Amino acid sequence: MTTTQQAAGTTYRPVLDDDAPPAVPRGSLGRKSPEERFVLWGTWAAALGLAWVVTQRLLPLAGIPWFVVAFFVGGLVMTAVTAGMQGGRVEIGDRLVGALVVGGAVLVGAALVSTIGYVFYRGWEPLLHANFYLSDMSGVGPADPFDKGGVLHAMVGTLIELSIAVAITLPLGIGTAVFMTEVGGRFATVVRTVVEAMTALPSIVAGLFIYSVFIVALGYPRSGLAAGLALAVMMLPIIARASDVVLRVVPGGLREASLALGAGRWKTVWHVVLPTARPGLATALILGIARGAGETSPVLLTSGAAAFLVTDPTDGVMNSLPLFIYTNVRSGQGTSEDRAFAAATVLLVIVLALFVIARLLARPRGTKPPLLSRLVPRRPAGTSTPEDRS
Amino acid sequence: MTSLPAYDDRDDLAIKPRKISRKATGADAVFEHSARAIGASVLVITGGVGLFLGWQGYPTLQRYGLSFFTESQWLPDEDRIGIAGVLTGTFAVATVAMVIAFPLALTTALYISEYAPARLKGVLVSMVDLMAAVPSIVYGLWGFFLIMPYAAQLARWTESNLGWLPFLDVRGSDPDAAYWDVSRYYSSAFCAGIAVSMMVMPMACAVMRQVFSQTPPGEKEAALALGATRWGMIRSVVLPFGRGGIIGGTMLALGRALGETIAVALILSVAFEVKFNILEVGHSTISSLIANRFGEANAGQLSALLAAGFVLFVITLVVNTLAALIVNRSRSGAGTDA
Repeated sequence: MTTTQQAAGTTYRPVLDDDAPPAVPRGSLGRKSPEERFVLWGTWAAALGLAWVVTQRLLPLAGIPWFVVAFFVGGLVMTAVTAGMQGGRVEIGDRLVGALVVGGAVLVGAALVSTIGYVFYRGWEPLLHANFYLSDMSGVGPADPFDKGGVLHAMVGTLIELSIAVAITLPLGIGTAVFMTEVGGRFATVVRTVVEAMTALPSIVAGLFIYSVFIVALGYPRSGLAAGLALAVMMLPIIARASDVVLRVVPGGLREASLALGAGRWKTVWHVVLPTARPGLATALILGIARGAGETSPVLLTSGAAAFLVTDPTDGVMNSLPLFIYTNVRSGQGTSEDRAFAAATVLLVIVLALFVIARLLARPRGTKPPLLSRLVPRRPAGTSTPEDRS
Repeated sequence: MTSLPAYDDRDDLAIKPRKISRKATGADAVFEHSARAIGASVLVITGGVGLFLGWQGYPTLQRYGLSFFTESQWLPDEDRIGIAGVLTGTFAVATVAMVIAFPLALTTALYISEYAPARLKGVLVSMVDLMAAVPSIVYGLWGFFLIMPYAAQLARWTESNLGWLPFLDVRGSDPDAAYWDVSRYYSSAFCAGIAVSMMVMPMACAVMRQVFSQTPPGEKEAALALGATRWGMIRSVVLPFGRGGIIGGTMLALGRALGETIAVALILSVAFEVKFNILEVGHSTISSLIANRFGEANAGQLSALLAAGFVLFVITLVVNTLAALIVNRSRSGAGTDA
């Protein structure tokens, strides 16, 4: 109707419905605008105040947990209110779900931090004594002070049992994976089905199997060897399956190129497939080891808990870190519990170290320079490449 | 003018089909046979475990018949043995664990794949993998010493407000009494389920995140371009695409939760009873039954324990197989180049 008055060269959107409410701006998907940031901070500041009023003044809900719960619920309510002030139902739903998702992730992070932090907090005291790493528990009572006794026997036991398990599972697990992916055939399908099914085996049942075969039926004593075998039975399907997955993602083009150049199948596997998959295989193995190091139930049934240092896996009872933790916690003594927490810290550090090694190995080659050259920058004086700064 | 040479006259040049042999020779034959031998030995070892469990448990199943599944007590001295009590306990702990772990795993996976800043993503993925690598005994310590007092308080509050629901009732305790009988709320399936949920959550989260990250970016951008909010995009694109991964990851975690031993043995106080009162003290699971009773078992009781272990194994096997089927089907052609 009034098109003649509009300036030329400008586009106007026709207003089709004069009664329609003005368009609601959607929340931005990238960086938040200052107004949005203000609303966000204001919402949670208001929630903090609400939580204080509700828990400290209105309702008999004392304690930090209730305060946190009230803070989160209040935050959700305030989010809904502030979103409703700016937009409609869609906007409210979007902001509420956003707050819920972030809240869930924060809760999980808090659980992880509290787990690790609590174990360190309860176990730091024995860790300060050098004898904790250098002596065993022979002749040490459960209530003795921390400058007596240690977990050397448990650490050595864990090491020996894991070595036995790895010596069995490394060739068998990776060999099976090579068989399933590189040789193939109908028999390989059967093997793959059974191996995948056996990853469902609960670890306690693996321990019970070795206990009833090796110890009860064959009459061997409880020993580190039995524990290593139980761990091997538990880890074998896990490592075989993980290696199978790693080998399957080796690009088929590499294999074909090698075969086309005249290499045999064995040469292809040894010189092309395995080197390509090496970081992945190392990761699979190390994660399997980390799993085995932390498993208590197979060891509980098969190794027995020695209080002294045993280095011969065939010679009677042997202890290990998870079992040491379990038995000490069960005893209910204050100092024993602290020793258990200190041992748990040691176990956690071992698993963390294995995990970090796995991560470093799993990193695709070529994205980062090797560790040594990153620590010691070797470059002739006066030259600088743009890669150094990136 | 060209003419074909007459080869037919010469016998030595007659065209015969070339012999093609797929049989490996030399080093390849050695490799193939040894690989097959390794595969066969692993098949014998792993399959042997399953067969052994079934074979050893068979006398027990024959002796007690169906009552093995309906009897709740585990009293070998009175010749009363059954897994009804521990089976319900196993499912009670696993249910609590999944009720807690599922929303946490889903929100964490969504946060990592859709909400987190790109710089943080790699770190967060490592953190979730790290949670999966933390030994279960550590989660047991955490649940037993740090969480249980709070869990007991929460249980009391829940009972006083929702106690009319039969499975939230704690028998023999009045939540509104002036004196708080705290021992009725400790060592329950609820407390054990919290610890187990922390163990299985990272597993479910890792599967979900992987499936979410495979969502076609074009469809996500299309939803945003049509004016969807972030949640609208997630609801209409990411969640439907990842449905298989959500279900499959949850079931994988369920399989692990059913077999979890040490944290449960540490937290639960043993009681053989068919009950669903998850907040009440005392329950038992198959795995904690094995952990507690293997030491004093004679041959017959060992067979009964093996039968119980076999039942547990069959349950986890079914759950895991279903999970694998669902996860594989959800990957809609996004296979690897192999």
